[in-house]
Amino acid sequence: MATEAMQAAGEAHKAGMPQLDFTTYANQIFWLVVALVLIYLIVSKLALPRIGGVLAERKGTIERDIAAAEELKRKAQAAEAAYNQALADARTEAAKIVAAAKAEIQKDLDAATAKADAEIMAKAAESEKRIAEIRDSALASVTEVARDTAAELVTAFGGAADAGAVGDAVAARLKG
Amino acid sequence: MTVATDQAAEASSKLSLHPMEQFTVRPLFGGTEIHWYTITNVTLWMAIAVVCTFLLLVYATRARALVPGRGQSIGEVVYGFVRNMVVDVAGEDALAFFPYILTLFMFVVFANSLSLIPMSFATTSHFAVTGVLAIAVFLTVTIVGFVRNGTSFLGLFWVTSAPFPLRPVLAIIELISYFVRPVSHSVRLAGNMMAGHAVMEVFAGFAIVLWISPLSIAAITAMYGLEIMVAVVQAYVFTILTCVYLKDALHPHH
Repeated sequence: MATEAMQAAGEAHKAGMPQLDFTTYANQIFWLVVALVLIYLIVSKLALPRIGGVLAERKGTIERDIAAAEELKRKAQAAEAAYNQALADARTEAAKIVAAAKAEIQKDLDAATAKADAEIMAKAAESEKRIAEIRDSALASVTEVARDTAAELVTAFGGAADAGAVGDAVAARLKG
Repeated sequence: MTVATDQAAEASSKLSLHPMEQFTVRPLFGGTEIHWYTITNVTLWMAIAVVCTFLLLVYATRARALVPGRGQSIGEVVYGFVRNMVVDVAGEDALAFFPYILTLFMFVVFANSLSLIPMSFATTSHFAVTGVLAIAVFLTVTIVGFVRNGTSFLGLFWVTSAPFPLRPVLAIIELISYFVRPVSHSVRLAGNMMAGHAVMEVFAGFAIVLWISPLSIAAITAMYGLEIMVAVVQAYVFTILTCVYLKDALHPHH
């Protein structure tokens, strides 16, 4: 019974805490150091340069793409500005042409108007002259008729018609 | 009455719990002597961790693809995760130690995770292993602290933000806590791994008893899920503490 208990206790101790079995420490520490050195070499010589490179490359690519996109956007904006400029230029040019054409037409119109005015003036002057002639001739006829009539009247009343005196009297009456 | 006692005795003899047996270091190719060079289950599972690190960080990224595939994505995520941790916790100038910290993280996370494979061996449940890791961190941090800052590294222990009479007391406390760091650093990891595996082994031992076995299996399943989390979280905790200690070495004046 006692030996059994002691045996059990011994087994319990043996199985109890393998962590406290110092005879295995050298072995564990040796292999731990080997493992750590290997992992360190893997990490520092292979993994970090590779992953760091990949990440840097990706970052660079993204930045380059963004820069290219910015550049294209800038170009598009420049093209739009150029288009707007061309449009504005064309508008100004068209306005100029329209103004020139208008001025030309105005000039022609002015010339035609002046010519027409001159013609009208000439015609009016001519007409006036003829009217004056007609009036003058009419006046002369009226004087002659009045003189003749007066002479006839004087003769009819039994007077002696003095041509000079009758003429003076008629002229005086016509003036008055 | 006697029948019941016999049955109980039989059950108890069947019910042999050896929760710690799984942590035994054994030579792989026979023999009982364990010399420092003997190839043991420690060697095997550490080698698998090394191979896994190689597969994840080197083999999976072999395409160096601009648009990463699945394996490369995971490798890049691990790289970015640890790198951000180093930069966020210890600052840009700690990036010189990035390979060292990534080495620790890869070893711990794979050793922890691989130990969840049934019949595997939990290398990080041994104080010999976590102790060496923690002492390595402790020595690195201390040496770097003195090399970078000279004697002003001792300012780490002289809390200038405290009232003057308190400072000597705080200095003693800070000094003790500084030297306890490797202990807590290593015991935290080994303890977590050991406890989780031992509990699962205990539940597995109970599975022989018929009426309790469904509960036992459910408990193992739940524990397994928890242990997956613990494996990753403890690797994370170990690494981030390393970064915190490194920050103290690089910038000792709070």
